[in-house]
Amino acid sequence: MFKQASWDEPVIFSRGRKGRRGHIPPKAEQEIRQALGDLNSLLPKNMQRTSRPRLPELSEVEVMRHFLRLSEMNYGVDSGLYPLGSCTMKYNPKINELLASLPSLNMLNPYQDESTVQGILEILYRLERWLAEITGTHEVCLQPAAGAHGELLGTLLMRAHHKLNGDYEKRSEIIVPDSAHGTNPASAAMAGFNVVVVPSDDDGCVSLGALKAAVSERTAGLMLTNPNTLGIFEKNIDEIARIVHEAGGLLYYDGANLNPLLCKARPGDMGFDIVHINIHKTFSTPHGGGGPGAGPVGVTEELAKFLPIPRIGFNGTRYCLDYDKPHSIGKIRGFYGNIAVLLRAYAYILSLGNEGLKEVAEVSVLNANYLMKKLQGAKGLTLPYNSVRPRKHECVFSAKLLKSETGVSALNIAKRLLDFGLHAPTIYFPLIVEEALMIEPTETFEKEELDRFTENMHKICEEAYTTPETVLQAPHNTAVSKLDEVKASHPRTMALSWRMHLKKNAQKT
Amino acid sequence: MNILEKRSHPYIPNSLPEIKQEMMQEIGIKSIDELYADISQKYRLKKPLNLPHALSEFEVKRHVEALLSKNKTCNDIPVFLGAGCWPHYVPAVVREIVQRSELVTSYTPYQPEISQGMLQALFEYQSMICELTDMDIVNCSMYDWASALGEAARMATRITGRKEILIPKLIHPERAVTLQVYAEPAGIVTEKLVYDKENGQINTDDLKGKISNKTAAVYIENPSYLGFIEEQVKEISREAHAHGALFIVGVDPTSLGILKPPGEYDADIVIGEAQPLGNFMNFGGPLLGIFACRDDMNIIRQMPGRIIGMTTTQDSSKHGFCMTLQTREQHIRREKATSNICSNEALCAVASAVHMALLGPEGFRELGETIMYKANYAMQRISKISRVKAPIFNSTHFKEFTVNFDEAGQSVEEVNKKLLQNQIHGGKNISEEFPEFGETALFCVTEIHSKNEIERLAEALTGILEGKSDVQASKLG
Repeated sequence: MFKQASWDEPVIFSRGRKGRRGHIPPKAEQEIRQALGDLNSLLPKNMQRTSRPRLPELSEVEVMRHFLRLSEMNYGVDSGLYPLGSCTMKYNPKINELLASLPSLNMLNPYQDESTVQGILEILYRLERWLAEITGTHEVCLQPAAGAHGELLGTLLMRAHHKLNGDYEKRSEIIVPDSAHGTNPASAAMAGFNVVVVPSDDDGCVSLGALKAAVSERTAGLMLTNPNTLGIFEKNIDEIARIVHEAGGLLYYDGANLNPLLCKARPGDMGFDIVHINIHKTFSTPHGGGGPGAGPVGVTEELAKFLPIPRIGFNGTRYCLDYDKPHSIGKIRGFYGNIAVLLRAYAYILSLGNEGLKEVAEVSVLNANYLMKKLQGAKGLTLPYNSVRPRKHECVFSAKLLKSETGVSALNIAKRLLDFGLHAPTIYFPLIVEEALMIEPTETFEKEELDRFTENMHKICEEAYTTPETVLQAPHNTAVSKLDEVKASHPRTMALSWRMHLKKNAQKT
Repeated sequence: MNILEKRSHPYIPNSLPEIKQEMMQEIGIKSIDELYADISQKYRLKKPLNLPHALSEFEVKRHVEALLSKNKTCNDIPVFLGAGCWPHYVPAVVREIVQRSELVTSYTPYQPEISQGMLQALFEYQSMICELTDMDIVNCSMYDWASALGEAARMATRITGRKEILIPKLIHPERAVTLQVYAEPAGIVTEKLVYDKENGQINTDDLKGKISNKTAAVYIENPSYLGFIEEQVKEISREAHAHGALFIVGVDPTSLGILKPPGEYDADIVIGEAQPLGNFMNFGGPLLGIFACRDDMNIIRQMPGRIIGMTTTQDSSKHGFCMTLQTREQHIRREKATSNICSNEALCAVASAVHMALLGPEGFRELGETIMYKANYAMQRISKISRVKAPIFNSTHFKEFTVNFDEAGQSVEEVNKKLLQNQIHGGKNISEEFPEFGETALFCVTEIHSKNEIERLAEALTGILEGKSDVQASKLG
């Protein structure tokens, strides 16, 4: 049975004693201190800090113990199945962690002379080439810090493209399917576009009729995830690309679901003009509880001139950073990208090669279809949209029937799964499926762990009919029982920081 | 190595042919290819891609280590570079914690009950940044300082309904470009405030001339890009607020143990770079963007990014943490979200939390003092070299300072080249970014630079500028 650690670990501010020290920074040498005298003479009086920051005061031992206990109250992909749909939670190879902690990377300043950073530039240059090869694009830029950051870059590239063609003012719309990730419309809006939503057809694919009706001379582009968020490959991708391109729009590939296509098929070959890659998904770098990730963007030859500066160049003997790109959109962040994340992806590709990456894709699809098959027949669950068509990397079940018959919702199922030491799937997404359970096993998990998941899913569905209270009150075995999320966001009880918490408490008394 | 010859890849447990067979049988297919049948043949790759052959773990390690060993780092030679990504010591406990697999390999904490560790650590990061900056609310990270500035500008226009942002002329050029790229699609116009030629401080007459009821926000950096401290903070803050504009301040948090926090001079939004707190430089990323604001619901509702809140269990028996105010975010609000940000820099924020907890108030003061002492010592030492001006502005400097070589008749490029021959990496060449300063470099000195290294730098510079570039290595040691 699973039982998560449940320490009564107070917020760090209520730990420690005044005067305790956790770390002593180096002191300036005696001669330096003598030469300069009192610091107060260096700092202008009105800019001196007069109040000590109210930070906790703890010994090193206490700090270590505190955060160790916190880590014990967390669940990672190394703990067990983590089937969050569209999040592609795969194993993060430990050799990649080791390589990313080498001082020969850690201690590099981004502005060092090019002669002192040839090693890392070579790695990044090669990685760009490999990612271009894998996505079927012409050039790849490593700058974006995350998938959504890549999307922002992609939509800014659309903007730059239409501007150069002189019809940006007219091309004010970006089309997204109703099954799209929330970041797609949000990114389009950030780049200044209006968002037009097209519905899915009965097969869960973009409705061609609706797409034809949606495109016009106002269309800047279409953002598409393929396979889509139902795990279904857009069968009409040929036609979709033709419709969008004939209307003068660009086709954007949301790479969140690239895993099942690795070395099997390439977005660039399907007519996508701009492709982003979630390195922390497909290329197996850890998600770190929210980040850092990396979201490189690949583009066609025509769009390459707009990519952010600097570009990594190679003249046959030396690598360099090239800022001389007059058409570049500029920059979307400081420096060149999340380099320590990208280095892990470089090592990952090296560990697998073409055959290994293809195996990744195939087994991720095998696993998803296996899970789908084993879950069909679970009482109260249905598989909306074409239930016979194979899925790719993920499948989406609906607990709508279960909820109407027992009161047990997708949320309750998710919480109950935690009790078995299994992470929950993504729930309530995509929005086109009611009570959605979006399940992506990835290639990482062995058949035995997949079986454990499906067995427990069946068990939970049974419980919903026999002992619904057990499910409704879940989770029981996690560090804390069900949390009051309404309290967390109510203006009267909201505590977004320790000082806000103290202030609210003081008001109460 | 073809992994199929090995039958099963270590990362792919079900790559074993027997298991695949069992699973295919269960699904009712004869080959995995059937699962790809709906992808048109014309898109199915027929040939292997042009990728490297797979290597064993040992070979991967040897290969990557060999490539990285071509780099020269500040462990190999003294490097006097910062400019937005700074060399600092990362305590061992920080490294230990951010290698904990339960934290490293977790996703965004969508299921809070099983993710309390990450959530509490992020709440503590938020709370400690609040104390350092003297602000009330901090989100759990942005990508970096530059993108945080872009988001802050957009947020200020949403709050005020105005479209103009005033920024200092002496801003990091990469931040200025990023701001421009983020702001332009929202119709935001940025205007630069001129500086006082003598001390680099913002020219408040220029501010008074440019600010109006169209100004959404006034932005300053403290310390500035060029390392000096902007002292007219109260005046600038008053001026901004008198015109109904927001006051945005960018900070380097290592200064806040000794420098007045922006909350004390009425900043509405504080941004900055927390990489120096527990995170290595890594050639410029990942970084950690700070984003903080005051306790004002009109402002909070416009915050970008994830925010962790403290709550209780539904039975009120225990405190707990969860993501909150999610209706601002893209997964709920879609095109009406305050930002498109989803993945952020959470693990870097945990590293910062551990570092801040280790330092405590005393540690922060001492760290600030050490940096202040060392940087100012280096600045004074270099300023004594004949025909060198350091710094170019008569203001107080923290961590970074400018050095001008015009009088010596040498370019920064030449000087840096000769320094490198002497196994020293000089400061960042800013003569193209700010041509008005002539041949000027931006030097960075932190707690990791020893007095000995500072002396070596000063001696090497003396030799170079006096035409003796081939200074003996033994003399430098």
